[in-house]
Amino acid sequence: MKFTDEHEWLRLDGDVIVVGITDHASEQLGDVIFVGLPEPGTTVAKDDEIAVIESVKAASDILAPVDGEIVEVNAAIVDNPALVNEDPTGDAWFFKMKVEDASVLDDFMDEAAYKDFIG
Amino acid sequence: MSNLRRTGLYDLHKALGARIMPFAGYELPVQYPAGVLKEHLHCRSAAGLFDVSHMGQILLRPKSGNAADAARALEALIPADIVDLAEGRQRYALLTNNDGGIVDDLIVANRGDHLFLVVNAACKADDIAHLRGHLRDCDAMEVADRALLALQGPAAEASLEGIVPGMADLKFMDAAIKDSDFGTLWVSRSGYTGEDGFEISVQQAKAEDLARTLLSRKAVEPIGLGARDSLRLEAGLCLYGSDIDAATSPVEAALEWTVQKVRRAGGARSGGFPGAERILGDFAEGAARRRVGLLPEGRAPMRAGTEIYAKSDGGSLIGRVTSGSYGPSISGPVSMGYVGTAFAEAGTTLYGEVRGKRLPVKVASMPFRPAAFKR
Repeated sequence: MKFTDEHEWLRLDGDVIVVGITDHASEQLGDVIFVGLPEPGTTVAKDDEIAVIESVKAASDILAPVDGEIVEVNAAIVDNPALVNEDPTGDAWFFKMKVEDASVLDDFMDEAAYKDFIG
Repeated sequence: MSNLRRTGLYDLHKALGARIMPFAGYELPVQYPAGVLKEHLHCRSAAGLFDVSHMGQILLRPKSGNAADAARALEALIPADIVDLAEGRQRYALLTNNDGGIVDDLIVANRGDHLFLVVNAACKADDIAHLRGHLRDCDAMEVADRALLALQGPAAEASLEGIVPGMADLKFMDAAIKDSDFGTLWVSRSGYTGEDGFEISVQQAKAEDLARTLLSRKAVEPIGLGARDSLRLEAGLCLYGSDIDAATSPVEAALEWTVQKVRRAGGARSGGFPGAERILGDFAEGAARRRVGLLPEGRAPMRAGTEIYAKSDGGSLIGRVTSGSYGPSISGPVSMGYVGTAFAEAGTTLYGEVRGKRLPVKVASMPFRPAAFKR
């Protein structure tokens, strides 16, 4: 698993990248009450605001971590936003992306580096 | 690093694991480890303890020693009936300015030979200066040596049993002075959640003891500012500075009920408060905009600042959300805001613009869930 400085995690699953938010992000956000996800089939560029997550406190944008195409989104977290607090790095993944070259993952932090990053 | 103040319960909040944030010049608990949703639901199903010591407690003493003189004097600043407020009773009221706007919202209690006021933290210094500047025959004194706790929820009364005697005898908006093991308490049956409950003013030196004793009761959990906000929003109660301010008239704010008949046109003490011309004019002719409840039809919350339109596409701006969040007890988003009066009828479908999309929202009557007061 790799991590971005926007507190997203990325995991290679076959030829797609699965994206979610980290435990740390979920904890900081507090109770999640709304998730808005992109349409599958959307082509996105790195840092595009493609999803939104709202907690009891505030709304935050989820940025595309890399260039690619959204191939699948997780309807379960739209129906039950609390899942994002319960299992952020498992069942509460946000979307899956097809990318041209999976080696883009090499640019991101590993778990140890992310732990240092969040202090 | 900052000039933020702390309440006497700051160490207790830290010990309970609270996340602290600045609010109205104080470092206050926004949530405890349970989190906003659970705290909110706990308060509705059992009892929640809030530290509201940041709020201003003011004693208004008439120089004559006759409370009726303080009541009469205060009516020059407040469009409510204070003169007829019985001893041991309190009332929600508004301080107005010369333009008919709201300077603060407050609670006024009649305590026999003086009045006791509870005002917003962010307004308290201005309120005291305002009272002192206008009420020459009264002394307005801030009570600095008392904390203020709120115990709210269906289990509040039972949780006070054995701690403060005689609580069951109090009815909604009764205010009493009670002796207890925690010194003399100033207790009222009131709150800011829509639940039955009590607000308890306690000497600083006894406040942590009282708070810990209440928290030792099985039904009582500490509640932070996050849940305080969602509770009051579901109850349809205004947050000063967000839902009402110096530019809002009581009629626009749908707070006509705070202006009793005796102060309205034709009443025995009609007018005679700041902004009477505009406020009584709004009563007679209606205001151009009105505060309403708003229930978004989808799942996305419509937060403060969300623009409201009459149509799903095009047309001009007809209103704006002033408070909006998620209502844990109604399991959906909930907002309040101002819309043109033509659009203010309950059931009207309007559109809130969220992230560039117009989403349907229905005008709804408030409170969003029925209040549970002991009348």
